[in-house]
Amino acid sequence: MTLPPPRATTQPGAGLPSIGRRLANLGLALVSPRGAVFLLLLVLLVAIALLNPRFAEPEQFIRFIQRVAPIAIVAIGQYFVIVSGEFDLSMGSLITTQVVVAGNLIGQDDARILPVTLLMIAIGVIVGVVNGLVTTLLKVPSFIVTLGMMLALLGGVFWWTGGAATGNPSDTFRQLGRGGIRDLPVIEFLPWAVVVLAIALAAAIWFSKRPFGRAMIAVGDNVETARYAGIRVWATKTAAFVISSLSATIAGVLLVGYAGVHPSVGRGYEFIAITAVVLGGVVLGGGRGWVVAAVAGAFALEALFTLLNFADIPSTYRDAVQGVIIIAAVAYAAVTFRGRRQRPSRLAEPPAPSTSPPGEEPVVSATPAGSAPHPSGPDGTTQQGGQ
Amino acid sequence: MRRGIQIAATALGASVLLVLSACTTDPSVEPADNGTGQPSTEWFDQALFDKQDGERGVTPQGPQDQPYLQHINAEMVDTSQYTSPGAKKVCFANASISNPWRQTGWITMNEQLEVLQAEGAISQMETRDAQDSDDTQIADIDYFINEGDCDAFIISPNSTAAMTPAVERACETGKPVIVFDRGVQTDCAVTFIHPIGGFAWGIDTAEFLIDNLDEGDKVVALRILPGVDVLEQRWAAAEVLFDEAGIEAVDYFTGADPAEIKKIISDELAKGDVHGIWMDAGDGAVAAIEAFEDAGVDYPVMTGEDELSFLRKWKETGLVGLAPVYSNFQWRTPLLAVQMIFAGEEVPKEWVLPQSPITERELDEFLTANDGMPGGHYAKFGGEDLPGYPAVWQQRIIP
Repeated sequence: MTLPPPRATTQPGAGLPSIGRRLANLGLALVSPRGAVFLLLLVLLVAIALLNPRFAEPEQFIRFIQRVAPIAIVAIGQYFVIVSGEFDLSMGSLITTQVVVAGNLIGQDDARILPVTLLMIAIGVIVGVVNGLVTTLLKVPSFIVTLGMMLALLGGVFWWTGGAATGNPSDTFRQLGRGGIRDLPVIEFLPWAVVVLAIALAAAIWFSKRPFGRAMIAVGDNVETARYAGIRVWATKTAAFVISSLSATIAGVLLVGYAGVHPSVGRGYEFIAITAVVLGGVVLGGGRGWVVAAVAGAFALEALFTLLNFADIPSTYRDAVQGVIIIAAVAYAAVTFRGRRQRPSRLAEPPAPSTSPPGEEPVVSATPAGSAPHPSGPDGTTQQGGQ
Repeated sequence: MRRGIQIAATALGASVLLVLSACTTDPSVEPADNGTGQPSTEWFDQALFDKQDGERGVTPQGPQDQPYLQHINAEMVDTSQYTSPGAKKVCFANASISNPWRQTGWITMNEQLEVLQAEGAISQMETRDAQDSDDTQIADIDYFINEGDCDAFIISPNSTAAMTPAVERACETGKPVIVFDRGVQTDCAVTFIHPIGGFAWGIDTAEFLIDNLDEGDKVVALRILPGVDVLEQRWAAAEVLFDEAGIEAVDYFTGADPAEIKKIISDELAKGDVHGIWMDAGDGAVAAIEAFEDAGVDYPVMTGEDELSFLRKWKETGLVGLAPVYSNFQWRTPLLAVQMIFAGEEVPKEWVLPQSPITERELDEFLTANDGMPGGHYAKFGGEDLPGYPAVWQQRIIP
């Protein structure tokens, strides 16, 4: 697990900070909104390991990552939409659609895998483009557009299947979600899903650092300034929706392999993804966030579900316990964020450290102190210093 | 500084919540859930449990090779008041076709309908699908009463209490009303058709697991959803028996989502050995078995349902299993009852159909008989003598 680097201590020319100061900074980073999700994840993982030491074994832990992979990938997709200032509520039903498409069209015929996979990608792109264009060109709030898309997709699946499961597709197609590389040292088994997640995360980090990725954050932060800066808002937001739909498609492929075909697969994933993204400190409404924290949010949520399984919480009030913990975590993130946003001008500080991670640094500043190159500010440490 | 206080307060609140929730996970609270001989008794009905337990052992009456016309401990009622010649219009208020069990039955029912139409007993069947909604079904029934021009009503209730007044209104029309599958709280219907019931399912499955496991072994119970009587009764019976036999049983709601099922089993396997799997419906059984394969551990003793996907996986893996049956052939009976009622023949007031699980000994027989059927098909669908067999079920064309 990676922790966010205590960035404020890495200012150029600051010299080597003492160990005490490093620890203090690390602690502050962890209670800061962006670090909070990592702290929460750490606490949950430790709690699980205490309840069940076997969980900490590499083999078990890699399996945990395998099963979080689909939801983490959905969270990556949702991150791009949210950070550009929109919502995508159609992700869960798109997963369901893709799962049913795979089950019904591939069947046991391996020769159909390639054409059907291409069809699934096409469906993903079309859904994303429709979501994006209706939102940007027709100016319909994305909440409504994607809600409509969700119902349309679910209705289509219901019409097609009558609401019941069809057969699983061939085992070859399911390998990506179920199989992996066996007989490895230490972890013994490396699921393909973990590899896919690693690639998706790397691609997301890379993309966030590209101008187009930064443009998404700028658009989410302030549409007007982004437009004046020469960003094509409709294209940027539509791209975010396409990324989101494609990530749902990948998650669908993984879930078909992991679990199998059922019209309930994917149900609720849009809300789990939004919760994960918010838990990761990404601001609803756009403009602020870090994709790695969003993925950490997905891991924290799944760790929470696992903890509740391990803790023998009776099934009847499991959902309630889950809900309370999620509210507490999100409220914590919200309070710390609000605190930070209320004090914009005092955040002016020496020129931003070059190690600033992607997503943290908006391209276009929306703060009154327009000259401050780092309006959103690094967390805890700097603010502490300002008091 | 204010922000610091806010953060501190929230952090404190969050940790208190975490601690509180951790408290509820404390092992000292656990025996309330199992182990103190006090399983949740909300759905447990000793009289019904005993009745269904007895019915399991009764040899049903009726034609030997037509289980859908057999009945157990029936009290016959006279229907001569309804005697009437000619083809009749039947109105069917269906709860839903949103699971493979209901879809299979719905296909069978339509094939039965064609036979009765050819015989001139039924002119047409108008169906309204309530899509799992009480409100919709109440509206459907009222529509049939007021505008349906129906000669007889068939109602497969969505839920017990909510549907009772609507069924009573249908009875008040004086036309024959037939209720099947889930029940209602009125006996105004001419006949109520159902298999033995959920407690019998629970007894069959729990006894099988108890026979094949040792005291102290662990069973994971996978349940579709809470609050539906036919499902709750299955678990209520099983939970009581597990408790008496000293089997450690923990239950989860899965929504039949295979991803959820797989996560639950993986977590349970990470916690410790799982010796048995109990399901209140077979949907998702394959995912449960796959979770054991993925973890590389021995197969559990398992009870699923007579869904083909489970039967095939059972055969393929050679695990010790049982397929309890919630007799799908009951979907034929209501239309046949309509024919009998208008012919003035006696029908059972409460038409209890046989319900016997498929054992390992019978597995091959049922797999051969249902060769080529899709995974969501139910082995005891009882439509082998209908004209569309087997193509209609193989292609699973939902009418």
